[in-house]
Amino acid sequence: MSIEVVNITKSYKNFTALENVNLHIPEGELVALLGPSGSGKTTLLRLIAGLEQAQQGSILFNGEDNTNRDVRERKVGFVFQHYALFRHMNIFDNIAFGLTVRSRKTRPSKEEIREKVHSLLRLVQLEGLAHRYPSQLSGGQRQRVALARALAVEPKFLLLDEPFGALDTKVRQELRRWLRHLHGKLGLTILFVTHDQEEAMELADRVVVMNEGRVEQVGSPEEIYLKPANPFVYSFLGRVNLFRGRIQNGRIKLGEAEFTAEQGVSEGPAIGYMRPHDAEVSLHPPQSAAATAVQAHIERITLLGPLVRLELRRLDTKEVFEAEMGRQRFLELLVEEGDVVYVTLNNLSIYVESELQSVPTPALTPVHVTV
Amino acid sequence: MKHVTEPAYVRWSLIAVAFLFLGLFLILPLIAVFTEAFKQGAGVFLAAIAEPETLSAVKLTLLVAAISVPLNVTFGIAAAWAIAKFSFRGKNVLLTLIDLPFAVSPVIAGLIFVLLFGSQGVAAPWLAALDLKIIFAVPGIVLATTFVTFPFVARELIPVMEAQGKDEEEAAVSLGASGWKTFWRVTLPNVKWGILYGVILCNARAMGEFGAVSVVSGHIRGMTNTLPLHVEILYNEYQFAAAFAVATLLAVLALVTLVLKSLIEWKTERKSKAEEDYYFDASGEKAG
Ligand SMILES: Nc1ncnc2c1ncn2[C@@H]1O[C@H](COP(=O)(O)OP(=O)(O)OP(=O)(O)O)[C@@H](O)[C@H]1O
Ligand SMILES: [Mg+2]
Repeated sequence: MSIEVVNITKSYKNFTALENVNLHIPEGELVALLGPSGSGKTTLLRLIAGLEQAQQGSILFNGEDNTNRDVRERKVGFVFQHYALFRHMNIFDNIAFGLTVRSRKTRPSKEEIREKVHSLLRLVQLEGLAHRYPSQLSGGQRQRVALARALAVEPKFLLLDEPFGALDTKVRQELRRWLRHLHGKLGLTILFVTHDQEEAMELADRVVVMNEGRVEQVGSPEEIYLKPANPFVYSFLGRVNLFRGRIQNGRIKLGEAEFTAEQGVSEGPAIGYMRPHDAEVSLHPPQSAAATAVQAHIERITLLGPLVRLELRRLDTKEVFEAEMGRQRFLELLVEEGDVVYVTLNNLSIYVESELQSVPTPALTPVHVTV
Repeated sequence: MKHVTEPAYVRWSLIAVAFLFLGLFLILPLIAVFTEAFKQGAGVFLAAIAEPETLSAVKLTLLVAAISVPLNVTFGIAAAWAIAKFSFRGKNVLLTLIDLPFAVSPVIAGLIFVLLFGSQGVAAPWLAALDLKIIFAVPGIVLATTFVTFPFVARELIPVMEAQGKDEEEAAVSLGASGWKTFWRVTLPNVKWGILYGVILCNARAMGEFGAVSVVSGHIRGMTNTLPLHVEILYNEYQFAAAFAVATLLAVLALVTLVLKSLIEWKTERKSKAEEDYYFDASGEKAG
């Protein structure tokens, strides 16, 4: 079932947790809600589930208005950040709960419930643990029980709040793969919250990036990574270098490095962002005539498994930045801490302050760059 | 090696002082009650217990507890639920009011009821018209006892419910459970040990209350005397053996209460440890 969030604003007393949020989640997609702590992810999820009421805006499921519906009528599968399993019930009763609380008329027979619970236990690979209590399970197992419990009532879609947040890396990875598989098998719409960008990229068909109660960008993992709508998204999706400069006479000047700006860009301060792996390090000045390389001093070299990270200080602006390269390339270069090298700045993203100053923080818009 | 604790003699003398104090003020009186009760032989003891006035006091005490404890359990659960799971205006006022019976002297509590419902009281004309008697009658005793024992269950439950948060209830409603079913199947089972603990303390106080009940009872033999009042009357009439015999009933109640209390404490301690583990695993960073 598709989910539509229209113009939702939610505030607590004098604090605005969500501001004019609009979101469309198509049927059957696996969507990640990505954002830093406190950005309103849980709040948005709770609003969709009906556990919270918005001051303004509406929520539609398959085009049908659900804004004023009670949680119970929304029939949404919600998995809580800390699972919220019923601690005094065993796993069987936990999973069966949504079925056994139904009114006599709609409640399945005992036999049907048993069958359903066991098929769910098989689905989440926890057969044989039906009689354990939540306190006797590992974190990953509890997570799967919480999922099975939500699935038991055949929800319209699933909302997962940081499903893997409290688990160690290995279990996380297993569960990710398993969730992906489950999504393929059930074809259910799934919206999950995470503040781990890698998890969002790996798992989701579509990523929604949130910050301070607003949706910053919605798109496929590639779009989000390759065409970040603004510096926040850019820097949230991985390590980033920042250079300050100016736009003058159609040229973008970042210290001694110069680039051509698109036509009609007004003059003024500009900020350049670059991923560490886009910094091309060499011992000699590049052959091309374009002034896109700068000289830098190697302050520190860190080995990160297959990657090597250099911490560099530009000789012209004294700005510190990072470069990353494969181990092979590093061995070819034969550099040491203290050496001075040439660094070509590739794939720069330049942002200038937006002329529309309607937002409290200066909004930055991307500028197309050519060399 | 450095001493991380006080030297041994300090520890031992502190422990000895504590035990001496307990022995002097708790164990010794308890022994005294039992020896005095049996001083004139088991026959006198049994006769004192089997006396109709004693039996009627026992009955009244049980009746009062049977009414006031369920009332306070119901109220306590409702209040704790409201306070722990919802935020509303006047929450702090409600919390303070719950503590009020602990803050005022029981005698004052009894006097309040006399002022309200006594023959010169505020509600006197109204009660006369309905031909109701509250003061110097059983309803007054029940009222006074309920008032005095009012905080036990609520006070016991509020921290337990607050610690458990709203997550499980929210999970229940998101799975389609009605408010009523959520309460019966999720909220209540989670606090059952807390309730039991509250009930036991509440019951012990309800049966043992003297001050407030003394003011409203009127001491009518065989009619409005509870056990503690009966003990006092017997004592004032120099029937020491009988007074102590009846007092043993209250002493036994106290001992049973203590045992049950420690059993529950032991039980919940084990349970909360398991839950702590659960919570720790569920949210690694929260446990610190
Ligand atoms: N009941 C509440 N009362 C007041 N403020 C709240 C309440 N719930 C959330 N907030 C505030 O709303 C903001 C968004 O909270 P939310 O829980 O949605 O963040 P989140 O993105 O889920 O963060 P995290 O990744 O840490 O879980 C936070 O600043 C939080 O302090
Ligand atoms: Mg959250």
